[in-house]
Amino acid sequence: MATVELKNVSKSYGTVEVLRDINLELEQGEFVVFVGPSGCGKSTLLRMIAGLEDITGGELRIDGQPMNDVLPAKRGIAMVFQSYALYPHMTVFENMAFGLEQARLNKAEIRERVEKAAKMLQIEAFLDRKPKQLSGGQRQRVAIGRAITCDPRVFLFDEPLSNLDAALRVDTRLEIASLGKRLPDTTMVYVTHDQVEAMTLADRIVVLNGGIVEQVGTPMELYERPASQFVAGFIGSPRMNFLNGTVAAAHGAETYGIRPEHISLSPDAGDWRGRVILTERLGSDTFVHVEVDGVGPVNVRIEGRSEVHANDEVHLTPDPASVHLFDAKGRPIPG
Amino acid sequence: MKPPLWQSIGFYILVGVIVLQALFPFYYAILTSLEDGQALFEVNYLPRALNLANYQAMLSGGVFGKQILNSVFVATVVVILSLFLAVTAAYALSRIRFRGRGLLLLTVLSVSMFPQIAVLSGLFEVIRYFGLFNSLWSLVFSYMIFTLPFTVWVLTTFMRNLPIEIEEAAIMDGASSFTIIRRVFLPLMWPAMVTTGLLAFIHAWNEFLFALTFLSTDSQRTVPVAIALISGRSEFEIPWGNIMAASVIVTLPLVALVLVFQRKIVSGLTAGAVKG
Repeated sequence: MATVELKNVSKSYGTVEVLRDINLELEQGEFVVFVGPSGCGKSTLLRMIAGLEDITGGELRIDGQPMNDVLPAKRGIAMVFQSYALYPHMTVFENMAFGLEQARLNKAEIRERVEKAAKMLQIEAFLDRKPKQLSGGQRQRVAIGRAITCDPRVFLFDEPLSNLDAALRVDTRLEIASLGKRLPDTTMVYVTHDQVEAMTLADRIVVLNGGIVEQVGTPMELYERPASQFVAGFIGSPRMNFLNGTVAAAHGAETYGIRPEHISLSPDAGDWRGRVILTERLGSDTFVHVEVDGVGPVNVRIEGRSEVHANDEVHLTPDPASVHLFDAKGRPIPG
Repeated sequence: MKPPLWQSIGFYILVGVIVLQALFPFYYAILTSLEDGQALFEVNYLPRALNLANYQAMLSGGVFGKQILNSVFVATVVVILSLFLAVTAAYALSRIRFRGRGLLLLTVLSVSMFPQIAVLSGLFEVIRYFGLFNSLWSLVFSYMIFTLPFTVWVLTTFMRNLPIEIEEAAIMDGASSFTIIRRVFLPLMWPAMVTTGLLAFIHAWNEFLFALTFLSTDSQRTVPVAIALISGRSEFEIPWGNIMAASVIVTLPLVALVLVFQRKIVSGLTAGAVKG
């Protein structure tokens, strides 16, 4: 049972508090993603679980054991770094074996474990190469392989895709997702600032902002029932339209939120009337930016192609069931 | 595009001048060392004789062999101690946060500002106090005053450029600080260590003033002083042949070291521009 518990965990550098009262329970085998804007403390939180940063308040438990003062290597944790952090002077095999050597395993077992991990990640052909002879994606797989060989209870990923180009990022994302399925007992904690990675990989997402947890939930919970205006704006792409003024006031709220995909567009009839400013055509979708009279700029997503062009007059109708209302503090108002 | 002929010619003339300027003194030393008697005082630019008598005289007669060993001992110990202290200091100075780190680095550097002659008399007292006078350890001690600042600085800068995530990965792999230095940092720092080690070796090998001051007997001297003090049968005779033979002998180890480590030196000098 590899559960990770954080109780009132906080982190401060001198007088600067970067994380405050974090309470989380990660279950065994769960794939949890920490997501948030840069500077929200998500990487710090991950590094505290890893043991690379001291915990200045609260308690971390893994499988019920307090871990605050346990050395990183004794926590049963493996980590994949953003920059891969492979040892440049060692071959792929030596890179993957290094941790096992430190754990004083015998040679035969080291070889067996490394080869098993290499097979799983399809890097057997590169075992004798040095990291600089590998491409970015291969290096990332070696870094994951190095983590797998240690047979960790908890697997930590610190923005592992951000150094890869866009096409490779999607492939590697799928590989990490399938890795999560192939290691059903291993708890995965994954840090990213990219909400698409969070939505596609996570069993549960932890949204962090300004050093506190904004919301914890499954991707769909966050999408359908955001606990704050921040989460509503952060989850979902393109982001939710936030409207102030008369539209919001009419619903007794400070802010009126509606996702671009929950607005229908019609050339002749609708609740709102406006003028198209810009269209973005992606083939599968078209994003139409409309300046609505008396409301403000609104982004609308239309499936497939659309014949709407800039300067056209259009009518918009928000789906009333998908409206999110927020008060002045950004808290949701139950609809 | 091919450069015009006069440019190529000019380039090679310039190269020739530089090579000549650098190598001629050494070449002439070799020539002189192979001559004997009156031949020494005739100016010639091509070898006329191949007379190894000077070398024989230097190596068989007396203490010169011992003096070479003195130099080897001093320079080697200085290099080993400097690199060991510098690597551990560089690890602390580049990786561990503590109050006054910047000030400490500047202090280390400022030690190398003082001219040797300025610290000579004070250092002499220190060495007497520790009972090191006329011992080779006096040179090891005093040379490290000058080799440590630059070895520490170069290695600290180099280590700062190594990505910190590599070290963190090693921590996650369960390596102790000492293992991290030995298995991860040392292999990556080889070029920088070879370069700084070689510079420290050359400094210790060539140093004259301290070696002259802190050692008093012939059998303890290191080669630069020994060569300067080689004397002839009378005070009016300077044995150029012997002096030149000795000079050539003491140059060879340095040439050999540089040739052996040539490639590492180049990568060490350009290390700042290359990512680990």
